[in-house]
Formats: sequence, structure tokens, C-alpha cells
Amino acid sequence: MTTPAAPAPAVGGLRRRRLAGLALLAAVLVAACVASIAVGAKAIPLDGVWHAVFTPTGLGDDIVVRSLRVPRTLLGVLAGAALGLAGALIQGHTRNPLADPGLLGVNNGAAFFVVIGIYAFGVTNLYGYVWFAFAGALVASVAVFVLGSVGRGGPTPVTLALAGAAVSALLAALTSAVILVDVQTLDAYRFWAVGSLAGREVEIAGQVQWFLLAGAVIGLASAPALNALSLGDDVARSLGHSVRRTRTMGIVAITLLAGSATAACGPIAFVGLVVPHIVRSFTGPDYRWLLPASALAGAALLLVADVIGRVVVRPGELQVGIVLALIGGPFFVWLVRRRKMVAI
Amino acid sequence: MAVLEKQRVPGRPALRARGMSLVWRPRYVVVLAIGVAALVLGMAANIGRGEYPISIPDVLAVLMGGGDSGQRFIILDLRLPRSLTGALVGGALAVAGAITQSIARNPLASPDMIGLTAGASAAAVFVIVLGGGFGLVGGFLAAAGLPMAALVGGLVTAALIYGLAWRRGVHGFRLVLVGIGLQAMLLAIVHWLLVVAEVFEAARAYVWLNGSLNARGWEHVLPVSVALVVLLPAAFLLAHVLGALQYGDDTARGLGVPVNRARSLLLLVAVGLASVATASAGPIAFVALVAPQIAQRLVGGARPPIGMSLVVGAALTVIADVVARTAFGATELPVGIVTAVLGAPYLLYLLARYGREARA
Repeated sequence: MTTPAAPAPAVGGLRRRRLAGLALLAAVLVAACVASIAVGAKAIPLDGVWHAVFTPTGLGDDIVVRSLRVPRTLLGVLAGAALGLAGALIQGHTRNPLADPGLLGVNNGAAFFVVIGIYAFGVTNLYGYVWFAFAGALVASVAVFVLGSVGRGGPTPVTLALAGAAVSALLAALTSAVILVDVQTLDAYRFWAVGSLAGREVEIAGQVQWFLLAGAVIGLASAPALNALSLGDDVARSLGHSVRRTRTMGIVAITLLAGSATAACGPIAFVGLVVPHIVRSFTGPDYRWLLPASALAGAALLLVADVIGRVVVRPGELQVGIVLALIGGPFFVWLVRRRKMVAI
Repeated sequence: MAVLEKQRVPGRPALRARGMSLVWRPRYVVVLAIGVAALVLGMAANIGRGEYPISIPDVLAVLMGGGDSGQRFIILDLRLPRSLTGALVGGALAVAGAITQSIARNPLASPDMIGLTAGASAAAVFVIVLGGGFGLVGGFLAAAGLPMAALVGGLVTAALIYGLAWRRGVHGFRLVLVGIGLQAMLLAIVHWLLVVAEVFEAARAYVWLNGSLNARGWEHVLPVSVALVVLLPAAFLLAHVLGALQYGDDTARGLGVPVNRARSLLLLVAVGLASVATASAGPIAFVALVAPQIAQRLVGGARPPIGMSLVVGAALTVIADVVARTAFGATELPVGIVTAVLGAPYLLYLLARYGREARA
């Protein structure tokens, strides 16, 4: 498979830049993991972290690390990677640099089903929310995809974006209607609606891991076809790619990834929107590099934000969704002002 | 249709004064009259509804100066201000939408996109949730200061976005991107406030966040009326510039339009209207997006017409409020939920039409 997007003369330099970028991301991710395990209500020194992870004794700090910090870190890595990857995929498929997984209705679908779960079925804990949220994400994004495909050309970037906006608005209104009728539902829902890694650790990651894995495999496998698609639907067709099949694969991957992450942590904005823009600055538009790098960067970003949230308002903690928006917002504005965004 | 009309214009009588001109269009006048009639009937139905129902003829009689004192109190002091607020807010939002859609040359552009709503929401929820915590001043702020806080929040946010997006002129795309960045932060603050709030304060905030006309009185009518009286003529005066902007910046410059200044002034008018409207009734979804488009379909033409958008937006909001108050038995929903439920299918209709055009 040739690389249609890479300019020929700069290939050597570009490759070095990509490898350096990936290495840097990996280093940041490892550092973030260590910090995520070490920082918290009880600070654990680095040798303690090492000790607990590799030669545990089952005493003292080791229990904190192995039963709380490591699962939480793992969940952060999984959810962050899923959101970063989903963000890169949906920006590619909608050819819209402002798209994030929420555009497919994932967040509002999950929210509506969680509210129904609370209101009609009396579900009260996070483990119960997971399946409602996941089902809602699936139903909403399938609806968006089907509605976005009604035109002759099948799902196109514009029809997907419009269908996403319409379905999201409808679901948000229905969610509000239920919440306003029942104060108790509002009380339970508002804590879910702020994305967080706290208290949703081991079992929840276990509940969604296979969906995450399937989504990641499908998404990464679609990279070459997505490269062709970025040259335009007609070019992709003439290169022998089925546009409809590629789009379907992409939507399935985005739904599985973003749906699992949202089910596990609640709606987390910004990772899917910002990460592909940052990553594109060193990978260029080639999806075979962009997708894995976005996964790495998403994981690192989510973990860093989670650690910051645990530090800034001691002894309490700020939910990761809020931290992300508060540091991500200014960063995003700075990015927009600094230079021209790399076009998709 | 639009093309046909353009060809017929030369044969029509035109009214001219000081460089402004107006073409006599019978269709516009007829549709406008129907729109106003729908608005009046909608308001009469809205005023008649309630725990103490009053028939539409009685409502009209009271509005003309008749009726008994009980009916006069209920209608003039309680229900008329609510309906008027709805009509004015809907009209203001629709005009703001018509302007932003014309400037952006995009039917999906609405004031929400420039971040106004999020700024107003964050300020309003801040007052609702924390307002009670500052003693007397807080109590006063929470009661009378809520619309003021929302107004200031919306205007400050709009100024911030405009300033941050300014780099040798404001590019539409950069404006939207900066707006998205700021919106994400403001909405995070709203979410955080909802989590730390007492549950009943959170419920109050949620009602406001969905756009509600509940318990709106004359004090809510006044600011929107003033804003409309001041800004609407400005919108009409600047409207002839919109026509030139339609063909792109360079063409507009070639036609002698000072593009950056005109766009800034028009944005200012739109921001003023939208933020005063949002301050009065909360962010009512979809009116700014849908009303200008409906108005344009009704009267034809190349861009959303301002006067017609005003009437359509007002009628739409009042009728949606009737539905919000009646459709769910004893529970009154915020009007914004109804406009969102009605607006979403409209977006889908746009989508289906897009599909047909692609086929044709």
C-alpha cells in the first residue's frame, strides 16, 4: 500500500519526526501512569510504586496501589486511548475538523438511556449504568448512521454531521424532560453526567474491555481505506475501495470505542476533539500513523488530567471531565490562534 | 421560485429614500399577515389556558379593553407578560439567527455557535447555585440579578471570543473554533456547579438551562422590548449590506461595502438581541436556527428576511409554549424542550432535502 498523503521528498525526515513523536508520547504516557499510581490522598514514593507493582507483599501501600490506583490508571488508559482513537476516526470519516465522538449522538444516547434506567428501572449504581449507557450509545449512533445514509450517496460527511446534530438535540430534550419531571432522577444523573474515573474502576473496565478491543482492532484495520477515502469518495472508489463498507466499519469502530468509554466513565468531551489536532502536527494526515498516535496521546491526556484533578482541590478531587475542559479549552484556543490548523 | 421573482422585480413599483429601496412584494405582505394572525391566535390560546381557563373571545375582549376585573387581573398581570416575553424573546432570537446565518452564509449558523448561550448559562447557574450564599446581596442577586448576570455573562463571553478570534480581521471559521474552546470550559463550569449544588437548586438551574417562560412578568418584557426597539431598526438599516456579503467578501468590497466594519456591526446587533433574549428566558433551543429558515422558505429570496423571521420566531415560541404547558397534563415543561423536539425533525428534513438535491 502506498502512502498517498506523504510528500515524497520529505519521507525520511517525516518518518524520523513521526517516530520521535511516538516515542515522546510513549514516554509521557509512562510518566503519567507512574504519577497516577503515586499521587493521591496518600502519596506513595516511587520505590513504593515499583515495589507494589512488581514485588507485592499484600501489605500497606501495596493494597492501595493494587486495588485502587492501578485499576483506576488502567481504566484511564483504556478510556483515553478509546476516545483519542474514536476522535481521529470520526474526524476522518466526517472530514470535519470539529467533529468529536459526541457528534454521532454517543453522549446524548448514553445519557438518555442512563436517565431511563434511573427513572423507570430504579438503577442506582455505576455498574448498573454501564449497560444502559452502552446500549444508548449504540442505539443513538446506529440511528444517526441510518438517518445519515438516506441520501443517494450513502453516508456523507455532511449528512452524518446533520443527522448527529438532530438526534443529539432530540435525545438531550427528552433527557431534560425526564429529569425535570423527577428530581430524584436529576440527583442521580448529574453525578454521572460529569465524566470521572473515580469509583468506577476494576469491574467496569472488565465489563467493557472486549468491546473496546474489538473497536480498536476494527478502527486500526481501517486506516489504509481511510487514507484512500480522504482523497475523496470518487478517488477511493477508483482505487478499489468500497466507500460504504469503509464508512460502516468506521462507524462500528467509533461506536464501540466511544460507547465503551462513555459507559465506563460518563461523557468526557475534548479528548476526541483535541487529540487528533495535536497528533496531526507531527504525523501528517496518514491514518496508519495518526490512529495509533491518537490512541497513545488520548491515554496520556486523560491520565494527566485525572492526576491534576486529584491534586488541585485537595483533599477532594475535581472530576477528570471538568479538568479536561478547563485546561483543554485555553490550550485549544491557543492552538487555533497560533497557526493554521492542518487541514483534513 | 426565487429566480422567477428576481426576474419579475423590475416591473414592480419600488419605494426609494436616501439610498435605501424597498420592492412591493404582495407575497411577502400576505405571508406576513398570516404570520401575525398565527402569532395573535397563539398568544390568545396561551393566555386563555391555565387553572382558570378563559375563552379566546373573552381574552381578545380583555385585550381590547373590556372584560371583568378578575379576568383583567389574570390576563393583564399574570398571563399576558408571560406570552409577550415568549413572543419578544422568540422574535429577538430569530432575528439574531437570521443575521448570523446571512453573515456565515450557512443555514446552520446560530448564536449558540458564537458561545453566547454557554456564557449566559454559566453566569445564570452561578447565581442560582451560589447566589444564596452571599447573604443579602446574594439574595438580591438571586432574584433580580439573574437576567442581569446572564446578560453580562453572554456579552462578556461574546467579547472574549471575538477578541481571541481577532487576527487582522475575524475569520468565520476561527471564530467558531475559539467559540467551541470557550464553550467547553463554560459548560464544564456549569456541570461542576450542578454537582456541588443542592438538588433543588440544581433542578431550578436545569429549568433555566432548558429555556423557560415560567413566571415571567412585565420586568422580563421591558428589557427585550427595549433591545428590539433599539436594535431592530439597526438590523433593518444594515440589512441591505447583507445582500452584498452574500456574494463573498471580495465581491462585497468591490461593491463598496466596508466588509469588516459591516460584519462587526451586524454581529454586535445579533449578539445584543440574542443575549438579552437569553437573559430573559434562558437558552431556548432551535428558534434562532429554524425560524429564519422557515421565514425564507415562506417568502422566497436569497437570504433569511429579517421582518418575517421576527414574526415566525415569535409565533413559533408562543405556540411551543402552549404545547409545553398543555401536552403533559399537570406537568409544565420548559418551552425549550418543546422547541428542541420540534427543531430536531426540521434538521432531519434539511437532511432529506439534501439527499434529494444530491439525486437531482
